[in-house]
Amino acid sequence: MTWLKDKISSPSKLNKSSQFDWDWVLVWVLRIMAAITGAIVLLIVIFLILESLPFLQVKGIGPFFTDQRWNPTEGLYNFTPMLWGTLLATMGSVVVATPLGIISALFCQYYAPVAIGNLYRRLIELLAGIPSVVYGFWGLVVLVPLINRLHPPGASLLAGIIILTIMILPTIALVADASFGKVPQEYLLGATSLGLSKWGTICNVVFPAAKSGLFTGVILTVGRAIGETMAVLMVCGNVVETPSSIFDPIRTLTANIALEMAYALGNHRSALFVSGLALMAIIVLLAVAAEVITVTSSPVTKNS
Amino acid sequence: MTVTNLDNLQATTQESVLMRTEQLSLSYGKKIAFEDVSIAINQSKITALVGPSGCGKSSFLSCLNRLTDLIDNCRVTGRIFLEKWDVMNRQIDTIALRRRVGHIFQKPNPFPLDLWKNFAFPLKEHGVKNRQEIDLIVERVLKDVGLWHEVKDRLKDSALALSGGQQQRLCIARALALEPEVLLMDEPCSALDPISSGVVEDLIASLRQKYAVLVVTHNLAQAKRIADYVGVFWVRDNRGKLIEFGEAKQVFESPQHDLTAAYISGHRG
Repeated sequence: MTWLKDKISSPSKLNKSSQFDWDWVLVWVLRIMAAITGAIVLLIVIFLILESLPFLQVKGIGPFFTDQRWNPTEGLYNFTPMLWGTLLATMGSVVVATPLGIISALFCQYYAPVAIGNLYRRLIELLAGIPSVVYGFWGLVVLVPLINRLHPPGASLLAGIIILTIMILPTIALVADASFGKVPQEYLLGATSLGLSKWGTICNVVFPAAKSGLFTGVILTVGRAIGETMAVLMVCGNVVETPSSIFDPIRTLTANIALEMAYALGNHRSALFVSGLALMAIIVLLAVAAEVITVTSSPVTKNS
Repeated sequence: MTVTNLDNLQATTQESVLMRTEQLSLSYGKKIAFEDVSIAINQSKITALVGPSGCGKSSFLSCLNRLTDLIDNCRVTGRIFLEKWDVMNRQIDTIALRRRVGHIFQKPNPFPLDLWKNFAFPLKEHGVKNRQEIDLIVERVLKDVGLWHEVKDRLKDSALALSGGQQQRLCIARALALEPEVLLMDEPCSALDPISSGVVEDLIASLRQKYAVLVVTHNLAQAKRIADYVGVFWVRDNRGKLIEFGEAKQVFESPQHDLTAAYISGHRG
């Protein structure tokens, strides 16, 4: 930080010429880094589009919904069962994880003693850092046999939902914790000084104030759940069919890409890229939605 | 010094004392915020606490409705009475206490809800569930703070859309809606522009009729204009002390303490 200090204490140009301008170097390093990061995202999107184009140009998007089933070797490309798989696994896990995550954040912020709250927060952060393959491994060895005893075959939508719930729970809990942390202390003081109960204050003041942060958190989590491949692939059975019960095996779009890309050729390969492009588009839409919610519906930022 | 305090206490007990403290001290960890403060708050009077920053005036206010309970390492000793009620008793119902002792903060803190809900939520929590009843109370207290005509058509708008002065009057109205007996005000005008500040000051002066008001202020001129009683806090040995307490007229015209004299004449503080 010395260069910054030098610059602040000696803004005159005379002084500047006598020493090397580190600020200039720093600014350019940062600019180049930022440009590279942006370029990577753009290149990935362009690459996805280019690889998808052969299929889209020849067949359009019709076959993905109208073909009889997914069997690329016979030239059948129906995505619908896998779309359902992805959708159900994602929605199921988000619906279960959201209330759990929010409750755990409430505990952390408002009910736990400071020391326990901090310890608990560290644990949740640790949970977020566990590699997904470890979750998958645990799911395969513990969860799937357990569900199998309840209702064979075990590898199922339910297993996927449970694993995904555990994986996205820390994200929701941490984002919710952060948005509760941003609720101004004055609201809580004001509520307490009016003799209001803690739970009443949480329902009537904290939730409205933290609403946009919570929404953003949930949306980002949906993105993570959609993109999760490894653990889901390990516990879901990967049979390409639209599930009719929670105990049926599913294959998600991401798992499909991971499973087939190694040997896919021609149209098959291109079709897989189309599904990748679709996933990318969903994530972009979710990110935009999160941004819109943050900008428009935050009463706290409106105030300041 | 304690002697003067007790003398003054005696003088004020002639009238109807609603709330009083005896040798109240507060410390955050090892740091003593203020020490040995005894004052009386009279019914239908405005009591002003003046003094330089950091001498524990705001902390003192927070003791009176046990808002200090929220602070982890904070220890309060001494006694506080609201009429015959021992406020320091751990067993008392703090919700009932806070309903009787309202608190207005330096920075206006309306809830991020619409205006109507700012009243409806606390009222509902305190058992007023009937819509019409809430509407009547909202109209009454908003008229009391002179905000009714400014906002009666926008009760569904966010309270955060109001100006600072309006927000502060809203907060005062919100406290009044619970029909408190004592109002604690922590520099209620200092975050406002001069015009809003004047409006809120007039409002505080008018509250005297119905409530016992304890107001902390940096603004000596304001204390002079509105206060019936004045307490002067000062920092000594790195801790806040009440160096003088008495009728406003007497404190301003013939202060008994040298520091008070220097402070009100503008030589110190």
